[in-house]
Amino acid sequence: MSEAATEKAVDTALEASEIKMRGTDVSVYYGEKRALFDVNLDVRKNSVTALIGPSGCGKSTFLRCLNRMNDTIDICRVTGEITLDNEDIYDPKIDVVELRARVGMVFQKPNPFPKSIYENISYGPRIHGLTKSRSELDEIVELSLRKAAIWDEVKDRLNEPGTGLSGGQQQRLCIARAIAVSPEVILMDEPCSALDPIATAKVEELIDELRANFTIVIVTHSMQQAARVSQRTAMFHLGKLIEEGNTDKMFTNPDTKLTQDYITGRFG
Amino acid sequence: MTEVTADTTAAVGGPKARSLYQVNERTRRRHASERRFKMMGLAAVIFSIIALLGLMTSILSNGLSSFRQTYITMEVFLDAARLDKAGNRNPADIEKITTFTIQPLLQAALKKTMEDRAVAVEGVDAKKAFELISKEAAAQLRWFVIENPEYIGKSVTFDLLASGRVDGYYKGRVTMESAALDRNISPQQLMLADELKAAGILESRFNWSFFTAPDASDTRPEAAGLGVAIIGSAYMMLIVLVLALPIGVAASIYLEEFAPQNRWTDLIEVNISNLAAVPSIVFGILGLAIFINFAGLPQSAPIVGALVLTLMTLPTIIIATRAALKAVPPSINDAALGVGASKMQAIFHHILPLAAPGILTGTIIGLAQALGETAPLLLIGMVAFVREYPGAPPEGFFDPASALPVQVYNWTQRGDPAFVERASGAIIVLLIFLVIMNAVAILLRRRFERRW
Repeated sequence: MSEAATEKAVDTALEASEIKMRGTDVSVYYGEKRALFDVNLDVRKNSVTALIGPSGCGKSTFLRCLNRMNDTIDICRVTGEITLDNEDIYDPKIDVVELRARVGMVFQKPNPFPKSIYENISYGPRIHGLTKSRSELDEIVELSLRKAAIWDEVKDRLNEPGTGLSGGQQQRLCIARAIAVSPEVILMDEPCSALDPIATAKVEELIDELRANFTIVIVTHSMQQAARVSQRTAMFHLGKLIEEGNTDKMFTNPDTKLTQDYITGRFG
Repeated sequence: MTEVTADTTAAVGGPKARSLYQVNERTRRRHASERRFKMMGLAAVIFSIIALLGLMTSILSNGLSSFRQTYITMEVFLDAARLDKAGNRNPADIEKITTFTIQPLLQAALKKTMEDRAVAVEGVDAKKAFELISKEAAAQLRWFVIENPEYIGKSVTFDLLASGRVDGYYKGRVTMESAALDRNISPQQLMLADELKAAGILESRFNWSFFTAPDASDTRPEAAGLGVAIIGSAYMMLIVLVLALPIGVAASIYLEEFAPQNRWTDLIEVNISNLAAVPSIVFGILGLAIFINFAGLPQSAPIVGALVLTLMTLPTIIIATRAALKAVPPSINDAALGVGASKMQAIFHHILPLAAPGILTGTIIGLAQALGETAPLLLIGMVAFVREYPGAPPEGFFDPASALPVQVYNWTQRGDPAFVERASGAIIVLLIFLVIMNAVAILLRRRFERRW
């Protein structure tokens, strides 16, 4: 009984927690093809939001809208409104570089720069002018690598190329790189799909720790992963948001049959 | 009846008794065609190697001898009574000395040297013996006197060029038999040359002046060198590199990373590819019309040649650069944008350095092409006979000059077979430059790749 009460308390806390990003009627078109239909989704501060759904359902598309990575695709068009701390990120007057400094991203495949580990981490702070001296930069590099739980593995080889690390290490390096510019939100596009179970466990553990300081949105194909790391879950299907809510509820007592079927593996 | 049924089952694909040692007809045919294809490929490779070897052998056998030159070393008395009649060493008067004044000095010097060393061949008098020395020798002496008037009245030892025929005799181009039919040289003169050689007066040495001397007239192939052509080619390559690389890379970056995908950019793309296929002589006509007739730039100048070659090289560089940019994985671009780099920062910090080896290779290929290009240069007048060295850059870019391939073409047009040897020698020099350029490209590539 006390357990249920605590759960209830956590739920209310989540419901009440501040909204970091809010999508209102977000639609995305690739040329003529519509990929996303009027999605309304909130991302809460200091929580992990998991986006789940079968392949091609638009969850990655939505994720990439959140820091305007879709801009790199010529034919892509976004309508509706997405806000970060109540500021419209698609306002023509805002600077997309500024946005991406505040909303970092980790990609599906680990993509470290073909440079040294040190340079991989220090690149972001350098271009944003976050540091005044070399020692400050060293500090940021160490702190970021520590936060990404990879410091102990790489501290003696900071000058070796980042591409020489193992897949799991590379992904954590990429997370460290994203952390280094002190973003408020970190977007993760299937960060563990290229990793083995042990590396996946490490990254998942890391995501849970990062929640204290960052707001995280993660796209994942693994139900278990969504259940393990997220507090909120959103289910997409064919470009539509089917259901969203607290993860516990989504996985135990979903409102829609579609979600139920997907989670239990009856389709998808 | 039963047997028929069994056969049908087997044909349809039922289990058949067979062994791995038995190769069926179909597999054998497949192997045979694979073998045929391998043989054909091997034959093609062998054919190319033979062709290349044949080419190299013919060039080397014709051209290597141009790197050696026969010289006659002797002491010449610079007679003051002839060179400076007034006796006041007035530079203006000395400037007026002609090669006709100097020839008798040389003739006398040769005669004296031969008498001192007791070298003589019957039927060859002093005048005939003097024909062994190149006509260039008098000019060489004249310049020496003008530049060093203080030596007038003294004896000076000179290395004088032997005439083209004598030089050819020691390279196997001229024989006693051919000399008998030659108006320019007789077998007796060649015998005298042999005597001189035995006496140590005449000898064959490495031909440095082949790389430094300017071109020479039809009658003195022994004096012809590549100096002006090498300088001209070097100037042109410098300008082409400075112009074509930045323009080409900038154009490629714009087209690849910034330009919208529409009909206009498609049109530009098609035209760049077409431009790469335009015959080079067309660029020559363009250069003649625009740079010389319209813009009024001087003829035969490296700057005009370089501008034409730049136009020719641009498509090559643009195509190579775009391919190199395209080959950089998009994930690198995503990564850079993801940490908040601007498009420009992503390109210059990450994409361009990764594409650099490809860009360099394309540039060097373009430059090598430009270095060997002849046709457009003929049209803008670089085939002219140029004996004056162009000045130092940047003014020198506007002085008349020659170019290596044009010099080759020019020499092959001349009558004296000695020029064929020179032309082959020039080809070797050109090839050496190309090999050096490729080596530099490979070295640079290695360096860049190691940095990443």
